[in-house]
Amino acid sequence: MKVALFVPCYIDAFFPEVGIATLELLERLGCEVVYPLDQTCCGQPMANNGCHDDAAATEKLFVNNFAGFDYIVGPSGSCVHHIRENLTAIPQTAEVTKVRERTYELVEFLHDIVKVKEFPWAAFPHKVGLHNACVTLRDLRTAKMSEIDEPAFSKPLDLLSGVRDIQFVTPNRPDECCGFGGTFSVFEEPVSVKMGYDKVNDHQNAGAEYIVSADMSCLMHQKACAARARLPIKFIHIAQILNGARA
Amino acid sequence: MKRIDHAEASSKFIKAKDHLDFHDQRLWDLRKKRDRESESLPEWQELRSLASAIKEHTLTHLADFLEEFERNAQANGVKVHWAKDASEHNQIVLQILESRRARTLVKAKSMLTDECEMRPFLANRGIEVIETDLGERIQQLDNEPASHIVLPAVHKLRTDVARVFAATIGTDAKNSDVHYLAESQRQHTRPHFLKADAGMIGANFAVAETGTVVVCTNEGNADLSMALPKLQIASIGIEKLIPRIEHLGVYIRMLSRNALGSPITQLTSHFRVPREGTEMHIVLVDNGRSERLGMADFWYSLKCIRCGACMNTCPVYRRSGGLSYGATYSGPIGVIIDPTFNLRKYSALPFASTLNGSCTSVCPVRINIHEQIYKWRQIIAERHQLPFVKQEAMQIAGKVLSSPKLYRAAVDAIGASVEHLPRFMLYNPLNAWGRQRDVPQAPASTFRRWYIEHRTKNGERK
Repeated sequence: MKVALFVPCYIDAFFPEVGIATLELLERLGCEVVYPLDQTCCGQPMANNGCHDDAAATEKLFVNNFAGFDYIVGPSGSCVHHIRENLTAIPQTAEVTKVRERTYELVEFLHDIVKVKEFPWAAFPHKVGLHNACVTLRDLRTAKMSEIDEPAFSKPLDLLSGVRDIQFVTPNRPDECCGFGGTFSVFEEPVSVKMGYDKVNDHQNAGAEYIVSADMSCLMHQKACAARARLPIKFIHIAQILNGARA
Repeated sequence: MKRIDHAEASSKFIKAKDHLDFHDQRLWDLRKKRDRESESLPEWQELRSLASAIKEHTLTHLADFLEEFERNAQANGVKVHWAKDASEHNQIVLQILESRRARTLVKAKSMLTDECEMRPFLANRGIEVIETDLGERIQQLDNEPASHIVLPAVHKLRTDVARVFAATIGTDAKNSDVHYLAESQRQHTRPHFLKADAGMIGANFAVAETGTVVVCTNEGNADLSMALPKLQIASIGIEKLIPRIEHLGVYIRMLSRNALGSPITQLTSHFRVPREGTEMHIVLVDNGRSERLGMADFWYSLKCIRCGACMNTCPVYRRSGGLSYGATYSGPIGVIIDPTFNLRKYSALPFASTLNGSCTSVCPVRINIHEQIYKWRQIIAERHQLPFVKQEAMQIAGKVLSSPKLYRAAVDAIGASVEHLPRFMLYNPLNAWGRQRDVPQAPASTFRRWYIEHRTKNGERK
């Protein structure tokens, strides 16, 4: 299975270990992984601020980088959501549509396409609280949301259950937004920070040693809040645990 | 007109910790009760679809249903008036009152009359208007607009209410017992009901088939407002129409469950025919609704039944309070309606959202609220209403992120600046990220550099 690895800009710049874990994990699972070297970003930062004209060239570059692959996989739900649902600032040629349809968020790719059940190399003997990014939860629908009475399901929990010795804790408001929201975190700083502090405290009070998520952008914000609040709680991307990280 | 600064207003709201914690918890409790109540009906999702479909059908045949409603109301002996905007609405109400020499008006809750700013308009013309809904009355006595469409004073603690009542209706300032306060307002309002020249209600629903105005309340104040005065007026937004009385059940089953987590409101009152010897008027108000109906991306917002569930679930609303939106309608539904009234004034509101989508998932009529918020951002950018700083930042970001070369230079510079800038420069008031959060540590290498070193031949590009 040939997979193009999409490493979003903020992961490239701030969290290379998440990109590395994603790459190694896909390779362990038998994928042939290619990383197009000229990739930058998906265009979401501009488009989410309404600036579709400013997003167009970046979207075009993304499509140029990733055209021709069967699968495009990235460890970030909101970027994948942008590509799949909102990459519309450029003409929708057959090539663009194909790239959009073939882009997957890492958890759904592992769960739905590769159908992995076990991660025999992975053990994580810690209490973890799972954070589902809102877009991953409510738009990509990787887990049951609390607003809808539907049978319980959770793709990230299914995957993590294949990791030895891991324990889960549940905060009071498991799927309340953490307040990152892209540029919201800067332009609406007071509310963003309050939401972030509430989120990390909720997990801390539930007894979590780690907050794990498929979305590093939420974790970047939560980690920054926890550091300032001097909470001992730690943060880890789901790819790192599944790839066998030992704390 | 000045742009509403939601971030600035929310910063003040957040500083009042007791109020903030109470507000957040109170509304979150309603959200949880709403979950329990909606889960008690296995057909909840079907009801949402049905409620949405009925509204969609009504809105796409609105002119017909409005005329049917008018005919049936007239046949019931009600006088029907049409108001194209807020000012016409206020003039019509004034004319009705003046024609009967009415000087006092008791009224039930109505977002529409708030939207039309009717109270100050009438007050300036010598009409005494008494709000009879408890929350709305608290806000009236405190000279503040409602902060929530169902719970107008939800941002106040009981001690705040004690202070307002002590200063205005003479209660004991030290007694903040909720029963005492509610009973005092009740006793204070009762004589107004008895002596009022006219009464007024809004509408939750208007039934075309029968000409009925339906109001859902928990206090009985709407009933008293209609049952005592000789002159009665109902102000109705034209989007409140539903075709038939049989459709009402769909909404009644959802409204209170979704709004307050209770199976039904204490009272569901149907007003159809004027009492003997009295007269009843209905004012049908457009005030921008027809224009909204013509907007391809936003007409769906007219399905709203004003349950307020999107506000209760909204993590931003709960932490910033309704008044921070500076508009009659606040929270997620306000964010998508307000720009239709004044794009510039409300241009910051669609950015007061993380696009988390919880609002969309609780909406009883399936309005795609968070998707509309996203779309409003585009319109605001296209009409050059973004703040200059953001406009500039996005242009630069667009240039850098579309060029692999510029992007790599920028990423390398982040590492250098985070490593070398002194702390006081990283954490200064201009850096909103760093005010209450730490800045991420720049790693030794980017992912790309690692990849070239570890996965390409001789560390060179394949």
